[in-house]
Amino acid sequence: MKPLTEHELAELAQETPINVSRRNFLLSSAGVAAGALVLSVGIPLRQARAAAATKMAPGTRVPAFLQITPDNRIILQSPFVEGGQGIFTAMAQIVGEELDAEPARFIVENAPTGADYQVMVGGPGRMTGGSMSVRTSYQTMRKLGALARQLMLQAAANQWQVPLSELITEPGIVLHKTSNRTLSYGELASKALDLPVPDPDSVSLKDPQAFRWIGKGIDRVDVYEKSVGKANYTIDLKVDGMLHAAVQHAPRLGLVAGDILNLKQVQAMPGVHSVHKVTGAVAVVAPHWWDAKRAAEALQVDWQAATSQRQGVRSMPADFSSEAFSEMLANRTEAGKDAETAGDISKVFSAATPESIISATYQTQYVHHAQLEPPSTIAQFHDDGRLEIWLPNQAPDMFLRDIAKRAGIAEDQIILHSPILGGFFGRHFLYPDANPYPQAIELAKATGKPIKLIWSREEEFLRDPLRPMAAVRMKAAIENGVPTALEVISACEGPGEAISGHDPDNVDGMAVEGLTGKSYQIANVRIAQDYVENPTMLAYWRSVGNSMNDFVYECFFDEMADKAGADPYELRKALLKDNPRLSHLLETVVKSAGGWKRGPFTAADGSKRARGIAMASPFGSHTATIAEVSIEQGQVKVHEIWEAIDPGTIVNPAIIEAQVKSAVALGLSQVLLEEVIYQQGEPLARNYDMYPILPPHMMPKVHVSIVESGEKMGGIGEPGLPPVPPAVVNAVSHLLGRRIRRMPLSRETFA
Amino acid sequence: MELWNDMKLQINQQTYDVDVAEDTPLLWVIRDNLGLTGTKYGCGLAQCGACSVLVDGEVVRSCVMPAVSAVGKQITTIEAIEQDDVGKRVVQAWVNHQVPQCGYCQSGQVMAATALLKATPNPSRDEITAAISNLCRCGTYNAIDAAIDELAKPVGGNA
Ligand code: FES
Ligand code: FES
Repeated sequence: MKPLTEHELAELAQETPINVSRRNFLLSSAGVAAGALVLSVGIPLRQARAAAATKMAPGTRVPAFLQITPDNRIILQSPFVEGGQGIFTAMAQIVGEELDAEPARFIVENAPTGADYQVMVGGPGRMTGGSMSVRTSYQTMRKLGALARQLMLQAAANQWQVPLSELITEPGIVLHKTSNRTLSYGELASKALDLPVPDPDSVSLKDPQAFRWIGKGIDRVDVYEKSVGKANYTIDLKVDGMLHAAVQHAPRLGLVAGDILNLKQVQAMPGVHSVHKVTGAVAVVAPHWWDAKRAAEALQVDWQAATSQRQGVRSMPADFSSEAFSEMLANRTEAGKDAETAGDISKVFSAATPESIISATYQTQYVHHAQLEPPSTIAQFHDDGRLEIWLPNQAPDMFLRDIAKRAGIAEDQIILHSPILGGFFGRHFLYPDANPYPQAIELAKATGKPIKLIWSREEEFLRDPLRPMAAVRMKAAIENGVPTALEVISACEGPGEAISGHDPDNVDGMAVEGLTGKSYQIANVRIAQDYVENPTMLAYWRSVGNSMNDFVYECFFDEMADKAGADPYELRKALLKDNPRLSHLLETVVKSAGGWKRGPFTAADGSKRARGIAMASPFGSHTATIAEVSIEQGQVKVHEIWEAIDPGTIVNPAIIEAQVKSAVALGLSQVLLEEVIYQQGEPLARNYDMYPILPPHMMPKVHVSIVESGEKMGGIGEPGLPPVPPAVVNAVSHLLGRRIRRMPLSRETFA
Repeated sequence: MELWNDMKLQINQQTYDVDVAEDTPLLWVIRDNLGLTGTKYGCGLAQCGACSVLVDGEVVRSCVMPAVSAVGKQITTIEAIEQDDVGKRVVQAWVNHQVPQCGYCQSGQVMAATALLKATPNPSRDEITAAISNLCRCGTYNAIDAAIDELAKPVGGNA
């Protein structure tokens, strides 16, 4: 990015800029110069304008979304936050397509809070998650681009005094062919964006056949900045006069700080400004974070049992052991509540011979999000009482409501900024006691200074809410070479009910997804949940319930195949024969792997290898995976992964490929290495040393095939993950000649 | 804890004077005192590599290097990476292969790749694996490999 001119810098430095939009633009285009520096800009103009203006349907108020600079850069406010999934690029591609403007000209930012950005059709208004961004907003965002294009045409027609029907657009310009005149969008923007937005029904969308960018693997808009350290995350931001803060959390939720035994000494440590008791922790404030952290670690706090419980916060028992909890789940015998049924399993099971029945119990583990950017928040109270706050989040308006409640101020007195995320995977939703902002607000109030609170990795791993664990009892009857009945009972707590409250009359769909929703033709099925409340705080994690359940189901599928004396690929094929979409997907992955061979076979390097196969249907997309593994020095080595995905309709194949590879990495990390272990009520691992995540040398080559079936658009960010763990474990079990029913594989040393 | 007044650090060809407690890691001097936030904090324990910088041309995890021990040495951070010929090529390869996803680990990845290629212009696959252990939670490893493999190939005759 080019450096700012003197004049532009002067404009930036103004206390109350006349043209806030222009100033926002300067800030974003200044890259590193402005990136690290956040000026308090007050309520952005467009936000004020939107609030004052008449109500319009979300996603139609063009000036709330778009600014175009005289030099033809297009600044788009995205309703969805970028965290590596490529959504800023997809938004530029979709809006650019209908606006007729090159996506590469776009500068995309995360939109402020407000009704205009609640664009998710049939969804929760606005949040980034569930692989829902594009599929819930595709038509709306296309329409937005089309409306903006219409405004450009209208402005040009006004300026030239010619009928609009004589005008056409080419990327970034309006053209009057007969007089051979052109105007760039940058030249038209100031007039165009002041025109009334036409009725959305009056503009039509492009014929997909004519798409110039949608469907193409165009470059992402933020890759260069991210390659040279110029992308700014919450943790990088700074406001004038700000102090830093670090915390020492209560070792267990449900404890509160009593006496601080060495308070005087800590207050006297170098650089320490002050020490404060805050919600769930003791905090140290200092001009520099390192000084705050060193002091926070030195605190000797008498942690005492709380006399009251905060809403939604669970008390962690002092003797909690995750291993014992998992064993307890595995030993349960309750029948659970039906989540999905077909036919009559009890009839089949009671008629079947004992030899035709197999059963097994699978166990899944707690895992961390372990996104690389530790959570942080900047909170600043302005003299007029308004609160300005910067924090990583996947749902700005939900956070706004919660912040207003906590700070005791009206929502319109809060300016909330949602910077890009250094990874998220479900980490940045509203989870009680799992985000730094309540503490940052308390500290800003207590000190009267802007506060930037960063949770160290250690404090993060103590409060990161976990992907649930489960023990799943599987039972099947195999007759005449096919499964005739299947019963699945998962003893677990789903993330949905853990966060929003358990409904005794219903099953949490997220607890059982991946056990339910399978397409194999099995006549008699019962999928059930045996609800067991956890003492831990639980969360969504990339691909949610599917991340653990497809492992269970697809591994047991191979057990059913073994029992039937069938090849696991052949049995899948047979049970999907009436499903052309999934049959095709299965064929695609097999073909990309050069045909199906289960092994074991000896590879060119002399290693003995096997392959496993698995499928999943999460978030409206379908995936199939083949993994090739060997055992090296007692541990599983994954050599290659082939994955095919059918997301129905696609926007950017390059992003899909990158997201599938990313999901494969996380799936491998989970199945090979990851497990959060609690002993005596505390997590054993507080950093990556004891909680290893997939390192580069364990990443296999991943081959992605994309099938565009033309069906309804499905998700992209998450569906690549679920079939990976079972494909790996199916290969390992076959290679070993015995079944592995528990993740991660690093629990065992293999001969 | 001693306060070190007037510590002189050579960063990106500039001399900076800082006053910090003597145990302060180089990372926090770079990020907090000097505002060079391209270098990231991920673990503080030499586990992830997000904080990688070059010290006298060697890649160092700055979260565990006391700033004092960098006095008198040439420090290069991601902010100056394109002023280095090899660094510039690495960035170009990163863009060509569309490596970053969330981007948080990528400053460190670029620094580690640059250090390797400066020391060993045509590293073998094994040398690459041995040299680059930076974690990426987004799993961009295949793209990183592709970018480095491109750079590791001897160019013309003057490799
Ligand atoms: S922050 Fe230094 S290695 Fe992770
Ligand atoms: S790109 Fe997100 S951690 Fe590497």
